[in-house]
Amino acid sequence: MVAVSSWGRLGSWEHEVRTLSDREQVAGQLKNSRSGLAYGMGRSYGDVCLNPKGVLWNTTGLDRFLSFDKNTGRLVCEAGVLLRDIQRLVIPLGWIMPVTPGTQLITVGGAIANDVHGKSHHVFGSFGDHVQRIKLIRTDGTTIDCGPDLLPAWFAATVGGIGLTGVISTAEIQLRRVAGPWLDTETVPYANLDEFFHLADDSEADWEHTVSWVDCISGGGGRGLFMRGNPSEVGPRLEPKGRELTMPFVPPVSLVNRLSLCLFNLAYFNLKKWQAGRSIVHYEPFFYPLDNLLEWNRMYGPKGFFQYQCVVPPEVGREAIQAMLGEIVRSGDGSFLAVLKTFGNRESVGMLSFPRPGVTLALDFPNKGDRTLKLFARLDAIVRETGGRLYLAKDARMPRDLFEAGYPRLAEFLQYRDPGLSSALSRRLLGS
Amino acid sequence: MPDNKERIVIVGATSAIAEHCARLWVKEAVVDLTLVGRDLGRTERVAADLRVRSPQSVIRVLVADFLAPLAISQLVDGIVAEGPVHIVLIAHGSLSDQVICQQDLIACHEALTLNGISPVLFAEAFVGYMQKANCGTVAVIGSVAGDRGRKSNYIYGAAKGLIARYVQGLQHRLAGTGVKVVLIKPGPTDTPMTAHLKQQGAPLARAEDVARCILKGIRQGKPVLYVPGKWAVIMMIVRHLPNIIFNKLEI
Ligand SMILES: Cc1cc2nc3c(=O)[nH]c(=O)nc-3n(C[C@H](O)[C@H](O)[C@H](O)COP(=O)(O)OP(=O)(O)OC[C@H]3O[C@@H](n4cnc5c(N)ncnc54)[C@H](O)[C@@H]3O)c2cc1C
Ligand SMILES: NC(=O)c1ccc[n+]([C@@H]2O[C@H](COP(=O)([O-])OP(=O)(O)OC[C@H]3O[C@@H](n4cnc5c(N)ncnc54)[C@H](OP(=O)(O)O)[C@@H]3O)[C@@H](O)[C@H]2O)c1
Repeated sequence: MVAVSSWGRLGSWEHEVRTLSDREQVAGQLKNSRSGLAYGMGRSYGDVCLNPKGVLWNTTGLDRFLSFDKNTGRLVCEAGVLLRDIQRLVIPLGWIMPVTPGTQLITVGGAIANDVHGKSHHVFGSFGDHVQRIKLIRTDGTTIDCGPDLLPAWFAATVGGIGLTGVISTAEIQLRRVAGPWLDTETVPYANLDEFFHLADDSEADWEHTVSWVDCISGGGGRGLFMRGNPSEVGPRLEPKGRELTMPFVPPVSLVNRLSLCLFNLAYFNLKKWQAGRSIVHYEPFFYPLDNLLEWNRMYGPKGFFQYQCVVPPEVGREAIQAMLGEIVRSGDGSFLAVLKTFGNRESVGMLSFPRPGVTLALDFPNKGDRTLKLFARLDAIVRETGGRLYLAKDARMPRDLFEAGYPRLAEFLQYRDPGLSSALSRRLLGS
Repeated sequence: MPDNKERIVIVGATSAIAEHCARLWVKEAVVDLTLVGRDLGRTERVAADLRVRSPQSVIRVLVADFLAPLAISQLVDGIVAEGPVHIVLIAHGSLSDQVICQQDLIACHEALTLNGISPVLFAEAFVGYMQKANCGTVAVIGSVAGDRGRKSNYIYGAAKGLIARYVQGLQHRLAGTGVKVVLIKPGPTDTPMTAHLKQQGAPLARAEDVARCILKGIRQGKPVLYVPGKWAVIMMIVRHLPNIIFNKLEI
């Protein structure tokens, strides 16, 4: 047994960890095992990737490419390949992943199972929109090949299927063309939510990537920095040298709020002063600003932290976000990574995918026990009332009724579940 | 030799450590790489990955029975017939179960053959050609386990110790020639071989980091390479512990 935790470090639990390294042997390994769950890079914040006391199949040894066609941009790889390694392979060849989340240190399997989204949602949808084929291995040892045009229901269950329909062994992904690693970016400060929504509307047509950081502590909440970017044909000749820093220890108390607020204020006021936010940036710092600070999650101290991410429908987006920010400002517990983004007007492929039309807010909260959970209950009430949903990849505590209300295709999904797979989250929200 | 690509042969190419070495080699330069494995499918899967990583490199796959001297000799003759080899990495091995080896001589014999004799035969087959060409590097993966026998794995350790003594003699023979021989001694590394140790929560080095050290050591032609480097110090202490203390340790 090995103690394993997820990114939020809310605790660590004993697991029987098994390594998958040869894709042809996975079926045999699953068949001869008690109930388990695939585990990629454990970059999910809550309990979606945990199976305490049970088996975890570590997939990071399934890290081989099968083929890449540089004329069509079709990539076939094993499910444990990191998005980072794909980007580094294909960008010099003129291709890029259309959708990547805020970290590239995740596996292809994890990206599919949570149907992750990125800054390009309004243009490219979510990760699953670019997957053409999945090879799924069930715990009875059978294999299912599926895609948008082959057993589409299996595909829709597996994309966003939080690891519960089988273990993905390989996937085929359609990449998109790109001139190089550079982005033409602009950062615009906004003073309130009205300005945010204005900027978001204005940027949808002309900017491929949009995201914003919102300040949830000072003032009434709602001022922030809006960041947008487009691929750039030109750039400086030298690539930045990736320098990795690791948080060397777990500090006894959370370092987050005071420090990060100072940084935020500094950036905000300086930008405000000069109004100059346009620059050519390498894709790594633009897409994955925290990846060079390895294990930054340790900053929150030994009790760990929660991330709360919701999406609310567009019609009520403005009021709902205002109301939530109000609650958070009052609580004084909000943090540095408060991300606000509008999703494009499209439903996702997966039955349990998170992205839907509307606006999404994501924030980190140091774990202060009851007090934090009470704040979440108040935020939940707003999400429930507006018909929104919470993101399973970030969740460690949502009530079951909120889950069921937010995910109307749940009953359909359950028909495709593999009875030999289970997670802490599935036991909490699906009852098994 | 049809062109000027560096020609590298990896024996036991499906080993996680070797696979990471191969990835680094094809990342550094366009190479001519021959992968030798025992299972065609598994070795081909490694080759396909390397071809995606480096479309310009030449990646060949060969399979052989690693325990049969004649097969080894024919295989190496065939490889060398296609041109001189610059680097050979001999990586195969298996962390044999000590208790089973003590009870079952057939298992014991196989463990000694696979981990000790087979790598020596491969090295011996290549080194003759290299000596004639007066150039090339032979690198063999031994283990820190070969430095001092201990009850928990001395059959495996003995085989690895055999490699160490063999390499020592070979280095003596080839001193002053253009051929270099490198003995690599990894400490516990996260690979399928140590999956059961990982399960017990043992600290393991990343195969990728170990591979990086191996490439550097091979470039420099170091006679003995502990990877990661701290194992040089740890093993010096272990080797020098007096029996009276050593024999009391549960290791
Ligand atoms: C700094 C940071 C920023 C982030 N930003 C974003 C963002 O912008 N957008 C976003 O959507 N997410 C974001 N995330 C969340 C992250 O992208 C997801 O949690 C992702 O799924 C993690 O992938 P992983 O490889 O670590 O998988 P894990 O967390 O290990 O597992 C996630 C799920 O995938 C399943 N799974 C993993 N591999 C397989 C497989 N081979 N077969 C079947 N199921 C499998 C697991 O069972 C589990 O249910 C962020 C996370 C961090 C730490
Ligand atoms: N991992 C460690 O902690 C550690 C420490 C010190 C030394 N080493 C040494 O490092 C080397 C590489 O091992 P690794 O850690 O990378 O382990 P690994 O991934 O398990 O690789 C083992 C390799 O040995 C091959 N092999 C096993 N039995 C064989 C047989 N009977 N015939 C032919 N080939 C056989 C395997 O081939 P298949 O793929 O076909 O099974 C595979 O290529 C070995 O020599 C090992 O002793 C490892």
